[in-house]
Amino acid sequence: MSLTTAHSVVAPSDNSKRIAGAIIIAYALISIVPLLWIFATSFKTPPDSIAYPPKILFQPSLEGYCNLFTTRTRQTPEYINSLGPATGFCDETVRKRNMVIAGQSNFLPRFINSLIIAFGSTFCAVFLGTLSAYGFSRFKVPLADDLLFFILSTRFMPPIAVAIPIYLMYRELGLSDTALGMILLYTAVNVSLAVWLLKGFIDEIPREYEEAAMIDGYTRLQAFWRTVLPQATTGIAATAIFCLIFAWNEYAFAALLTSGTAQTAPPFIPTIIGEGGQDWPAVAAGTTIFLVPILVFTILLRKQLLRGITFGAVRK
Amino acid sequence: MAEIRVQHLRKAFGDFVAVQDSNFVVEDGEFFVMLGPSGCGKTTTLRMIAGLELPTGGQILLGGDDVTMLRARERDIAFVFQLFALYPHMNVRKNIGFPLLAQGMPSAEIRSRVEETAKLLRIDHLLNKSVSGLAGGDRQRVALGRAIVRRPKCFLMDEPLGTLDTEFRDLMVHELRELHNRIHATTVYVTHDQMEAMSMADKIAVMNHGIIEQFGTPREIYDRPATMFVADFIGSPPMNFLGFGGGLTKGAKEIVVQGATVAVPEVREDIAPADMALGIRPEHIRFDDASKLRGAIYGTEYLGTTQIVAVETADGIIKARVPAEIRLNAGDHVGLTLNSARLSLFDKGSGRAVRTAVHDTASQGRAQHG
Repeated sequence: MSLTTAHSVVAPSDNSKRIAGAIIIAYALISIVPLLWIFATSFKTPPDSIAYPPKILFQPSLEGYCNLFTTRTRQTPEYINSLGPATGFCDETVRKRNMVIAGQSNFLPRFINSLIIAFGSTFCAVFLGTLSAYGFSRFKVPLADDLLFFILSTRFMPPIAVAIPIYLMYRELGLSDTALGMILLYTAVNVSLAVWLLKGFIDEIPREYEEAAMIDGYTRLQAFWRTVLPQATTGIAATAIFCLIFAWNEYAFAALLTSGTAQTAPPFIPTIIGEGGQDWPAVAAGTTIFLVPILVFTILLRKQLLRGITFGAVRK
Repeated sequence: MAEIRVQHLRKAFGDFVAVQDSNFVVEDGEFFVMLGPSGCGKTTTLRMIAGLELPTGGQILLGGDDVTMLRARERDIAFVFQLFALYPHMNVRKNIGFPLLAQGMPSAEIRSRVEETAKLLRIDHLLNKSVSGLAGGDRQRVALGRAIVRRPKCFLMDEPLGTLDTEFRDLMVHELRELHNRIHATTVYVTHDQMEAMSMADKIAVMNHGIIEQFGTPREIYDRPATMFVADFIGSPPMNFLGFGGGLTKGAKEIVVQGATVAVPEVREDIAPADMALGIRPEHIRFDDASKLRGAIYGTEYLGTTQIVAVETADGIIKARVPAEIRLNAGDHVGLTLNSARLSLFDKGSGRAVRTAVHDTASQGRAQHG
């Protein structure tokens, strides 16, 4: 204790900052490397994708994307030569492997199903969640605490635990393999999360805003629309991201309840593997495209997401 | 503008009675202040007048119409909240124009009304600013603007200066009163700050535990407190109490306190023997060595023009406000002379003021209840 320097008890020291930085960088690398690997694989040719040792540097190719969006048949070189000139980039690419394009693959419709089901259920969950959260926050609801606990309790079990009963019910109701069925299911799972998250946000909005609006001549619904909703946007955005991530990534129910018309991308992507050998670039291409919407949505709303996660930790 | 008449108003939340049988009339154009400690029911009363709470019993008449059970938006009143409730997602102009929008007023007319109101409040230069960047006083003015712009039947204000710092508060007290003098709007103003109440009000109701203890002008409330609570709540430092025993007879002009005979305003009613209290404001005490009422100086608080002297008597400490020039040392024994014309007498049991000559010129203020 020969030398004492004044140091802040609040601000971290340079050393601890460096250590923290190193840990974060290491963790980020560990997390990002698999994603980068998928991204890189999607631009490899099938031989490059299974090369050993794995290729870090390679000649990029769009073959994976061509294979993802098309179905192909193997032909003899004589037959391929007898055809006219290739009609497009993908046609040219697949002919090099002695194949011709037989038609469109199911990836695009499955991807559109995913968009419809995920965004549809997110909208429903957030819409219902906002209204019920407002009700619980502002009105004397009989047995409010018990009801809120009940709503939370629907999340106690992993949703897949009820997969079989839901499968049987959906079959009876004709909701099996329909977009409506999947939207209803994901909404039911997400609405409890939405109610709880949004109730926290709406509780924080002082009642005076609506009261002022109601005194100034607005109905409660108008007051809600014009004063509460604009101030709840942060909470709504954060809740929407959480709901969307669940609905977008959900695999188990989708695999069980959808097979054709309403199949979403998560159960579809693995089926690519079965078509004509293990086509890793096509799988990686499907995964890469699948990641894009959620990435864009999250980046657009990242500020709200951060506030949503740290919600309640910091007082305004 | 309109008169507000509150009759037998009562509000209970479960077992807790927030407001008990309140009765008062705010006359057209009057500035009425409800004053009391927190939890006394003043805000609940205000919210019932506004229609934000429905009463458990009683009636509220606004300009002669029974509005007791009407919705807030059907009452044509304006409310200024303690935290102003300015909409953070709208600028100043939109905030002030918000109530007019509800009436479906054409936008050109809203524009001119908003600008006229902003000029009145001297905030016309802020119209296009966001409300979140405004200083406390300006926020207050915007909140007032939103209230005035509608030209409602009356204004209700719930501790609107509560969050302002002292400097702004004094300024706004002055501005509010000046504004009231200009537009003569019937106003109900709730506060726990007696200085705000005394300096702005035409009439004050002092509330405690859901009961209106006294209803009267600031002068009546200060000079002739109807109960010991009012006497103790109003004034800084508050009224001193000196206990004495025995009854009073009609026509009595003096009492005996701590062995000293004190002249009091002529008693107008007979009081059976009970614990009584003599109430005296600090500024009505003088030091006089000849007096038999004695005490020792306990401490002094220098305030510039005057000083507050705490004197320890046989019945506890009483505070006197005397000129600052008088030199006093702690421990000095002094005699106290009381200004007989300004004394109040209370029945300690009920807290009620005894009727004396000071009440001759005014009606006994205590609101009837029970």
